[in-house]
Order: sequence, then structure tokens, then C-alpha cells
Amino acid sequence: MKGYRRYFLNKALWFVVTLVCAFILNFILPRLMPGDPVAAIVTRMAVGMSNATGVQAIYQQYTELFGTNRPMLQQFFIYVNNVFHGDFGFSFSQYPREVADVIKSAIWWTICLQFPAIIVGWLIGNTLGALAAYLKKGFDKVLMPVSILVSNFPAFGMAVILMVVFGVTLKWFPASGGYGFDRIPDFSWQFIWSVIVHYQLPFWSIVLVAIGGQAIGMRSMAIYELNADYVKYSRFMGIKDRKIIGYVFRNAMLPQVTGLALSIGTMVAGALVAEIIFSYPGLGYTMLTAVMGGDYPLISATTLIITLMVLIAMFLLDIIYGFIDPRIKATQLD
Amino acid sequence: MKHTIRQVFRSGKFLLGFIIFLALLLITIFYPLIIKDAPLAIIGRGTFFPPGIYVNVYDSIGSPQYTLMLDDAAANRIASKLSNDDRLAMRDWLVADGIPENQIDINNTKALLDQWENNYDPKKQVEGMTLAKQRYYLRLNTSLQGLLSTEGAIIAANNPQSGALEESDSVAQTDYVNIKEVPNVRVLPLGTDNFGRDVLTELVSALATSLKIGFVAGTVATLIGLVLGLLAGYVGGLMDDIIMFFTNLFTVIPGFVLLILISFSIGQEHRGAFTIAVVIGFTSWVWTTRAVRAQVISLRNRDHVNLSKLSGHSVVHIIVADILPYIASYVVMAFILQISFGILAEAGLSILGLGPKTTEVPTLGLMMKWAMIYQAQILGKWWAYLPVVVTIALITFSMNLMNTGLDQVFNPELRD
Repeated sequence: MKGYRRYFLNKALWFVVTLVCAFILNFILPRLMPGDPVAAIVTRMAVGMSNATGVQAIYQQYTELFGTNRPMLQQFFIYVNNVFHGDFGFSFSQYPREVADVIKSAIWWTICLQFPAIIVGWLIGNTLGALAAYLKKGFDKVLMPVSILVSNFPAFGMAVILMVVFGVTLKWFPASGGYGFDRIPDFSWQFIWSVIVHYQLPFWSIVLVAIGGQAIGMRSMAIYELNADYVKYSRFMGIKDRKIIGYVFRNAMLPQVTGLALSIGTMVAGALVAEIIFSYPGLGYTMLTAVMGGDYPLISATTLIITLMVLIAMFLLDIIYGFIDPRIKATQLD
Repeated sequence: MKHTIRQVFRSGKFLLGFIIFLALLLITIFYPLIIKDAPLAIIGRGTFFPPGIYVNVYDSIGSPQYTLMLDDAAANRIASKLSNDDRLAMRDWLVADGIPENQIDINNTKALLDQWENNYDPKKQVEGMTLAKQRYYLRLNTSLQGLLSTEGAIIAANNPQSGALEESDSVAQTDYVNIKEVPNVRVLPLGTDNFGRDVLTELVSALATSLKIGFVAGTVATLIGLVLGLLAGYVGGLMDDIIMFFTNLFTVIPGFVLLILISFSIGQEHRGAFTIAVVIGFTSWVWTTRAVRAQVISLRNRDHVNLSKLSGHSVVHIIVADILPYIASYVVMAFILQISFGILAEAGLSILGLGPKTTEVPTLGLMMKWAMIYQAQILGKWWAYLPVVVTIALITFSMNLMNTGLDQVFNPELRD
């Protein structure tokens, strides 16, 4: 465990550093733009809203909450303090709802949609890629072009096509929403069934896009490993094929875990757009309504939450990677 | 150099990707030369006109008329008027009248009409049929008789003096015009979009803009990546530490989030296509930096570089003459991928509503966005979104093919 401790501490420290930087960027980017940010936000806010008292209330609350008349550094600490209390202020476009409230209702939809989809896509993609590398011939010849084509499909394109084929033409699944329009969220069987049915298309559209990229990566990793010296040596020693393949795939799999950690940001971005296409009530759709309504606090909070989710996912993957790859421990012991 | 290029073009994958890309590029160059319509001109009043040839009705009345005696003209005319629901209803009545169901073919208009004419009796009471349904059949029958009539249509003009309608011309059912003699014919191969713009013209223009966006974004990202990678790799030391800190940081923080924040901060008014492209470039240099740095570090202590150092060449000279040629192939590959990433990023941003201004230039992302907002996919208006999706997929596909092809040429290990 001694070797691991340093590895984990290192990763945890890096997690904290990136988190702080993400906070700073999230805070500073909108304020870096030329012109008075408060005025810009207020004009945009006024455009988005028709309710005069609402505008007034938000304006006062906003100046108080964010302390926009104070120096930048002080503003930053107020901001961090607010974020840690889960206080993101009122939403401009959905006044008088609070931003935290809006996000709370959206975030579980996104988490339950994206993370299972990405993991399932990763698993299927890796299995297919490994099979393609091992079986070669026909399977490889069919799988590879299909994977290349699918992985080049933009996530929203896949979403639209699945929606048109299975949602609109074949009518197997509902084309949009997170649950039926005629339902109120509760724990009845009808509601759960409605959620499951609505889940299918967004889920598979994310899975399909993930499969393609992972299969290509896994295939070239596995081909590379199959040609490695240790495989030839093992064959020479007369070790059974099945056992060699076990080694090969374990070695080929490891970089794929890191690959997943590094590509998770892009995948989440694609999945957010897929959510928009399906009007799925998650963070992507929240972001769309926020952009449409010029809702600055909501956008800021949504981007922060998404960054946080991605960072946590990466951190967890790093930890898992440390456990499954013994070489990590070895390098840390030196 | 010549040898390398020849080798590259011998790779099938690269060649295929290159041909697709070149074809798209040539379309964007030559299409506007032939068809000079403004891509954003709103020509249609109404949304989503289906693809087809639009013939001016007024002009075709005035055009020379030819009489063609075609047997199936009447049947075609009725077939186009008779909806599927009407056909099903006719079958229901006929079945109720006692005709076996297997003798009725609702897709054969002529046979169906014959059966209907021979069997329909307005006075007959079908058991269990509501009054509304009976009325419906009466109306259907009347309208069918109207369709079956052989009289032509009369064209009347308003007399300005008396205010009365006066017959000026008549059109027989057998009259035809030659489409070449009608002065105003507009071909809309992909129909119109939600604003009433010609989708094909808009698509070609959007493709050009998107390629430019990809190119600018790719150039910016590759330049930043190259410079930072060279600095980090060649200079090393503190410089390396600082650059790698930021590189690692931006590897972890999702670029898409930064893109959203920056685009939103710029504000709708200042978001041109070029600005968006530069912003995309500024958020996607990370991978190039990493890879260039890794390559430079492995090159830094090679003999030829050391020899160059001993000969007293300047740092710039060493980088340009001794290091760049070795990483050139990699940089080109990274550049190609950055272009396709830039195009995808623009599309994603635009769907979120953070793309370039709608009124200035069309981009693939904006076309997609408006098609989605007007729910073209649910209404079945495939021409508004499918060509866009296919175009984007073709671009990224061709870029990736080129990249894979280059990779196989330069890394022999990957060859099949």
C-alpha cells in the first residue's frame, strides 16, 4: 500500500489544483471580456425577461450576491463561498426559481444517462476491437470500416438519425422528452416505465458513437500487443493460446482506461448535444434554455457542474487505473 | 519530399479521403460560380418546401400549349388527389357492401375507382354506420365525380371597367406546357428550409464557411501547439514545467466547457464565424503540444542536433532545419484532425445557440440548429437536416481517412 499512497496523494493534489483552476476560469472568463460585465449582464437579462419587478429584484440580488461593485479578488472569494454553499443565485430565465434548484432537477437525468452509456459503449467497443484484432479476416473487414464511419458521425447526427428511424418512422420509442408529457414524476410503475422507454434512444445514440472510437483504439492496441516479443516468446515456450490472449488483452486494455479518462470530456460534450436533440431534461437541455434566455448564472453554474463531473470521473478512473496496473506502484516505489 | 508525397498518395485510405475532401472543396468553389444566388436570400414564403422543380403557375398558363392524349392522365390526377385515408375508407365501404377484401387493391387507383363507381349507392344503409360517416361517403363520392369530369378549367380576368370576371382563356385536361418554354422555373434540389431559403445553395455556402472555420481553428490550434511543444521540448527546464502545467490543466478541464463560457461572454453581437474559429483554436491546442513535446524530447539529443549545436547554429536554425522536418509528418496529421474537430465543435456550439450570428453567414451548425428548432426531424422534413448531417460526416470521415492513411505511411508498424 505504501507505493499506492503516494500515487493517490499525487492524484488527489492534482485534482484539487485543477478544481481551483476550473473555478478561477469559470469566474474570470466572463469578466475578462471588454466592457462592463455587470452592464452587459443586465442588458442581456433585460432582453430575456418581460417582468420588470423580476428584473429589479434580480439586479439587486445579483449585485448583493456577487458583490459586483467590490474589487475582483474579493468578488472571487464571495463567488467561491457562494458556490460552496450551493448558492448560485436566481435564474434569470426561470425566475423565481433558484439556479441550484434548476440544476438539482436536471443533474440526475444527465448522470443516469451519460455515465452508464459511456461505460457500456466503452465495454462493447473494447470487446469488438479485441475480437477484430484476434479474429481478423471477415469480422475485421466488416467491423473496421463500420467503426470508422460510426466514430466519425457527430454525436448529434447519430441522435437525429436514431430519432428519425426509431422514434418517428418506426415509432418504437418516443422521440423526445425524459418521460411522457402526460405524467407527473412519481414512483408509480407507469412513470418508471415511461422513463425507461424514453431513455432508450438517447442512451443508444451515445453508446453507438462511443463504440466506434473505442473499437478502433482497442484494435490497434491489441494488434500491437499481439506482435510484441513476449507473445512470440510465450508461443515459443508452448504456453496455451488462451492464456496468452489473457495477457495480451490485459495489456491492451490498460491504455484504454487512460484513453477513456482523457476522452471523457469530449464524450460528455457530445452527449450534452445529444440531450438537446432529444429534449432530454438533463444539463444539456438546461444549458440550451439558459443560452436562449441569456441566463448568465445558470450557464456559469451548469458549466461548473459539468467540469466538476468530468474531473471527478477522471479522478476515479485514475484511482482505478492505479489498482489494476501494477506498474504504477512499481514506478512510485523507485 | 517528392518521394514521400508519392508514397502518401499510394495509400488507398489517404487517397479515398483526399478525393472526398477535394470533391467537397471543388463543389464549394465551382457551385457559386455557376449558381449565383445569395445563399441567405429568403425566397420561399413558408417553411420547408419539399425538394423538386417549381414551375410558375401563372407563366405556364401563358405559355404555348400542346395537346397530348395520354391514357393514364386522369388516373394519375385522381391518384394524386386521393389520400391514403380516403382509399382505406373506400375499401371499408366496399367490404361492407359485400365485396371480398382480397379483390380490392387500394393502390390500384383505376380498379378501385371502377369498383367504387359500380357499387356505391348513396341510399344504401350500412349497418352500424354513423350519420357523420355516411355524410363523409357522400362528400367523397361528390368530390370523386368532380375529379372524374372531363371538362377543363376556365381562366377569368377581372375587367377593370366593369369589375366583372370575364373569361379570357380555358385550359383543357389534355393541355401540356413544355417546361423549357415556361419563363420561370426554379429547381430546388433540396427544397427550402424553415426561413424559406434554398437549402442546396445554403448548404454549399455553409460548407465553405465551415471548412474555413475548421481551417482557421486548425491553424490556430496547430500553431499554438507547435510553438508551445517546441519550447517545452527543446528549451526544457522551467519553461517545460510551466507549459506542461498548463497543458495538463487544459487536458483535464473539458475544452467544450471553456468554449461555451468564452462564446457566451463574447456575446451574440460580436460572434462572427472568424471569432468562433479562433476561439475553437484557442481551446484545442493541448494534444498537439503534448505530442510535439514528446517528439522533440526524443529528437533533442540526437547526433545531428548535437552536431548542429557544436557548429554554432542558432536555436531558430536548429529548430527549423534539424527538428521540424522530423515532426512535420506528425504536425500535418494533427492539423488534419484539428480541422475536423473545429468543424464538429462549431456544429456543437451552434446547436447550443452559441455559434456565429445567424444573419451573416450560414454554417453547417447553424443549419442544423434551425432545423432542430423547427423540429424538421419530427415533421419528416428530411431535406433540412439529413444533407447537413451527411456533409459533416463526409468531412470528418475524409479527414480521418487521410489521417489514418498518413499514419500508416509514416508508422510502418501500423500497416496491415
